[in-house]
Amino acid sequence: MFIAVIWGIAGAGLLLSWTKSREKTRAALRFFRRSFLSLAPSVLAIIWSIGFILTFLPSGLVLNTIGREAGFQGVVMAAVFGSVVLIPAFIAFPLAASFLRQGADVRAIAAFVTTLVMVGVITAPLEVKFFGKRFALWRNSLSFVFALVIAVVMGAFLR
Amino acid sequence: MKIKPGPVILAILAAATALVYASRPEKALSVLFVSKDYLLEMISILPPILVLCGLFDAWVPKQTIERLMGETSGARGASIALLLGTVAMGPLYAAFPIGKSLLGKGASLYNVAVFLCVWASIKIPMILFEMKFLGAQFALLRLALTVPSILIISGLMKLVEARSGFHEAK
Repeated sequence: MFIAVIWGIAGAGLLLSWTKSREKTRAALRFFRRSFLSLAPSVLAIIWSIGFILTFLPSGLVLNTIGREAGFQGVVMAAVFGSVVLIPAFIAFPLAASFLRQGADVRAIAAFVTTLVMVGVITAPLEVKFFGKRFALWRNSLSFVFALVIAVVMGAFLR
Repeated sequence: MKIKPGPVILAILAAATALVYASRPEKALSVLFVSKDYLLEMISILPPILVLCGLFDAWVPKQTIERLMGETSGARGASIALLLGTVAMGPLYAAFPIGKSLLGKGASLYNVAVFLCVWASIKIPMILFEMKFLGAQFALLRLALTVPSILIISGLMKLVEARSGFHEAK
């Protein structure tokens, strides 16, 4: 649904642009070609790496490291885990819910979900490409720290 | 000669997949199968996003973005960044070219950081989904903590930029 809408908007935009100015439309298409060609190999590498991680990651090991007995260390591990993997929300939330039912610490789950969306180790090379090393490093590290803060506060409320 | 990292990594991944296939074919197939889903997602989302970035680049005058989201745009600029990040969908890597275009057109670093973080973490369908699986209390509490966190993170990044800049950013 969303995909159809965004293709529609892009197509309509191109048509409209073409009727107004061929020159600007050509410039837009050159921009598209340049950025797509420079992005494609990195994105493909990211996607392929995810395939490896999701295939070889044993879920029992994950559960042991983020259980209630693991304490704050488990929360940090969960945050690291969330930073490294790249799973879409529709898989991550059911997964997190099943971990929670199996006895994971609620702080660990909060940390996992938060770093999962906000910190991206796998996408970091791409972020560096666009915004530079320091920007990517700062944005990801700050997000990591705040994910831990969010997790601890949530633990205090939901315990 | 500078070697591009992308193709090298791809070659390593291809070799690793072949190696896995030699010992445990079913694992290698699973790797490819999982990757295929993401590949389809990428092919369906990235091209239109980049076309829109191209149009944005060619048509929107720099002054407009400077005025709306530049250094002096204040709370209104941040609100626009928040709104843009929330309504958009798609993986974080789709947000990078958009954020970069905004930055190039004169949006402030603070607003672009807000935009990126919000895009990554706050989506209405995602919140509903989280409520369904992890409970409304969990999801809403996390949301209530995430918004101020993003504003603080972006504020800190602005401080870093003011002190030493993000100069090597191309």
